[in-house]
Amino acid sequence: MWLIMTLLAAIIVTAIWYVKAPEDKYKLGLLSLMFWGATLMWFVDHVMAYLTEGGEFFEINLDATLLGIAVVIFALFVWEIALLVSDPKGVLKRVLKR
Amino acid sequence: MACFLVPAGEAIVTSVVQKVVEKKEKKADAEGSKNTGLSWSRRLGWLNKLLWGGTILLALEHIWHGEVVPWPPFLTAMANPADVAPMLHEMALFGGAMAITITVIWGIMIVIAELKAKAMPEAKVKPISGGE
Repeated sequence: MWLIMTLLAAIIVTAIWYVKAPEDKYKLGLLSLMFWGATLMWFVDHVMAYLTEGGEFFEINLDATLLGIAVVIFALFVWEIALLVSDPKGVLKRVLKR
Repeated sequence: MACFLVPAGEAIVTSVVQKVVEKKEKKADAEGSKNTGLSWSRRLGWLNKLLWGGTILLALEHIWHGEVVPWPPFLTAMANPADVAPMLHEMALFGGAMAITITVIWGIMIVIAELKAKAMPEAKVKPISGGE
């Protein structure tokens, strides 16, 4: 389930990035690549596990759904930290100068 | 078990390479040499973001599943000597496949971006954004 949710997040963020491109003031490119990186890795993991161990390809249960939500929240958290550190609007600088 | 450590290792290496390449490009710019198309530091930046993003989120998944813990030896498979060999095997198989896939996809991205940039008239060529 977390693979599906991460893939969905990657598609949505990439679409938003494309609408705003070529400007990438808010580092949506970073968030998009983060989601795509995780999606690709989990896809490989799922395929390899399916081929070597068998069983269900997608794990669809409450735990897997909660993990999917946690993954999306964590990625957004990391992106927000990167955004605040780079501070493209200079908001933090202005707040700290007050 | 710890498959994400292989792409993490690759990410460390490519991050160092990116920093070195970035320095060289800045030096070359200062000397006035002409740069065309995508810079290598930018291309490597895309790879780094794919690798680090995947590594961070997979690390969270491993913590969620209790395969990684915040106390030594950090990997639960390391606590039992009998689990070490299967862990290393899984790292090589799954982690290796992940690292290769990401690198191949990145290579395809670079080829497409280069072809697109070459197809544009020179006056209209602008840096392709995405993961500045």
